[in-house]
Amino acid sequence: MPSYVMPEKCDGCKALDKTACQYICPNDLMVLNKEIMKAYNREPEMCWECYNCVKICPTQAIEVRGYADFVPMGANVVPMRSSDSILWTVKFRNGMIKRFKFPIRSTPEGTAKPEGGYASGSDDLKSPMLCTEPDSTGMAEVFTMKKA
Amino acid sequence: MADFETVEVTTDLLIVGGGMAGCGAAVEAAHWGKKHGVKVTLVDKAAIDRSGAVAMGLSAINQYVGLKDGQNTVKDYVDYVRNDLMGITREDLVASIARHVDSTVHLFEKWGLPIWKDANGAYVHEGRWQLMINGESYKVVVAEAAKNALGMENIYERVFIVAPLMDGDRIAGAVGFSVRENKFYVFRAKAVLVALGGAVHVFKPRSSGEGLGRAWYPPWNSGSSLYFSLMAGAEQTCQEVRFIPVRFKDAYGPVGAWFLLFKSRATNGFGEDYMVTNKPELDKWAPYGHVKPVPANLRNWLMLLDVFKGKGPIYMRTEEAIQKIAAGAGDEKAAKRKLKELESEAWEDFLDMTISQAILWAGTNVEPEKKPSEIAAAEPYFIGSHSGASGAWVSGPEDLAPSEYFWGYECMSTTKGLFCAGDASGASSHKFSSGSCTEGRIAAKAAVRYCVENKEMPNANGEQVAALRAQILAPLDRFEQNKTKSSDPNINPAFIKPKMFMFRLQKIMDEYAGGVSTQFQTSKALLEKGLELIGYLKEDSAQLAAEDLHELMRCWENVHRMWQAEAHVRTILFRDETRWPGYYFRADKPALNPEWEAFCNCKYNPNTKEWEMIKRPILHVFKEYSDAESQIGG
Repeated sequence: MPSYVMPEKCDGCKALDKTACQYICPNDLMVLNKEIMKAYNREPEMCWECYNCVKICPTQAIEVRGYADFVPMGANVVPMRSSDSILWTVKFRNGMIKRFKFPIRSTPEGTAKPEGGYASGSDDLKSPMLCTEPDSTGMAEVFTMKKA
Repeated sequence: MADFETVEVTTDLLIVGGGMAGCGAAVEAAHWGKKHGVKVTLVDKAAIDRSGAVAMGLSAINQYVGLKDGQNTVKDYVDYVRNDLMGITREDLVASIARHVDSTVHLFEKWGLPIWKDANGAYVHEGRWQLMINGESYKVVVAEAAKNALGMENIYERVFIVAPLMDGDRIAGAVGFSVRENKFYVFRAKAVLVALGGAVHVFKPRSSGEGLGRAWYPPWNSGSSLYFSLMAGAEQTCQEVRFIPVRFKDAYGPVGAWFLLFKSRATNGFGEDYMVTNKPELDKWAPYGHVKPVPANLRNWLMLLDVFKGKGPIYMRTEEAIQKIAAGAGDEKAAKRKLKELESEAWEDFLDMTISQAILWAGTNVEPEKKPSEIAAAEPYFIGSHSGASGAWVSGPEDLAPSEYFWGYECMSTTKGLFCAGDASGASSHKFSSGSCTEGRIAAKAAVRYCVENKEMPNANGEQVAALRAQILAPLDRFEQNKTKSSDPNINPAFIKPKMFMFRLQKIMDEYAGGVSTQFQTSKALLEKGLELIGYLKEDSAQLAAEDLHELMRCWENVHRMWQAEAHVRTILFRDETRWPGYYFRADKPALNPEWEAFCNCKYNPNTKEWEMIKRPILHVFKEYSDAESQIGG
């Protein structure tokens, strides 16, 4: 059961407009059992352990237990993802703990400008120049070849 | 029949798949679409924040050419890719991506992707073409740009696209279903841009318990690009060119940082470096055996030769590499600081993109500076964006493509109006995440032009739509009609469930087409037997059954995988040689044959149900046109 839900922490995202883990799982694995309002991983052997359900869960109710067919028991890797960084706690089988913190983005959430503020140098649909080019290439022109 | 509402969506350009290529396409198409009144719609089977191969994140950008700083030229990149693929490369396509990819990477940075910089503000390279990133949110950031460009009102999430809609020989749209509610979707469009990824789980994976899902490439990439474009009549190329990544064993953590950034060696169980001891073998694969860097498949091959001899385990010598770098840092204090920094970098490499490997290291008490870790060859994957090459045969750009490779619109397949990018387009390997996003942009601009120049809406008739609807939803009815024949929903004489269907396919491919258990070896006789068994499987695909929408998606994913498998087997059979010994070895044709320095293409005619195999010549862009004629950067 790669990703698993701790029932005492899962509230089925009842205050939200959608179940977060169910919304995000790239493989359509996380589902909400509406009778008990708890989510679960319905096909654990198809789980990539991408941790997207773990990262998005608003109540930290989801963790990952390493694949039982090749990972010795006892280890645990837990993220805390904020809007600009992620903090990882890695617990070893022998009890050792390591923590790592990494940045995840350099702009405020939601603000990505599709053209990045670059100017587009051509309006011609037939030109090899893409939007934002040549500005975004950092060069005066886009490489082209003339046929001999 | 199952009670489904039919939802009709009419657009001009339909982008199917919202991974790196699909998101690049969305950004570019939005720009040109606004200028020319072309409506753009994107559909994804998941949520685009975390869909596709970059859903977990990445720790590096593998294609950055560095044109503006004169680090490399477009031709340098083409030479690298051609050599790595043993000569089988569309130079025009690779050059086209290479000339634009830096622009895409610069956009990523503006969008908010943290790219490592050195003290002078220059990008930190992992290798010649690779940049180090803090890539946990790589896909989130790229998807955000796509969403901001298109608007969520033009993005359909959780709709699984099954098949193309056709108007004669022209694409007319796509059909599929919601995996959340009983809705059948009919998208009608002038042009369709396919970016549905590559394929995983066509071959039996090494781990078949819970670890089944721990494929190197994500398990949700199920060959949909191949199926969609093949059924639309598009010619395919390089369907024999699978990729077998050598990665940290079992959890498949990345090795790039270890080999390239930390300059680690790999050694066998006797401490021998197979790249040194097996070097004479490279002569057999000349001229490609003699190029630098040694092609990925030949590095695999030199390792496999030791594995065949029982000389495992194969170790990445992490302890040796880290200690060496730390020792070079200066005094004891500096060495200690360096060690700490390297430790963090090593763990981030996994935590950004293969968290399972961090769990495996923690579960086996691995501190990389103290003990080495095993590496191994994974199972075969179809990933034309990486070191494989499978995908549709598409037009090159007018200025770079020889006339034989150009038919009007860049990245358009041989089917009118059907564009392909990322893993969906072939013979343009080593585009990775950044190049796939770039190719999506290139394809999108061309597709918008196609919509402008082909204003008439194609018409997929109602009969076609009704037939597809019935066929696509049939597994739900089949389950309902037969479920009382057994007390177990999974074991029933009247149907097969998608999971067992997948296992059957994987067993065939593993044993006959050169999977893990045959050490990637096969032959004409084995492949022909495999084709016979795939034939039965194809017949039985009409007996697939689904209990719910999730399982219905699994049914069609596995049908897609089955066609990927058949295209693969037929093309390995067609190519009468061994060209990539570290990817697959034709035991009956154990050497390179210069006559096969050519593309092996295939086509399927859904009406006659016949395959056509086609040999196409390799034409060189950079030999045909002299460097002096390139205007800049060449």
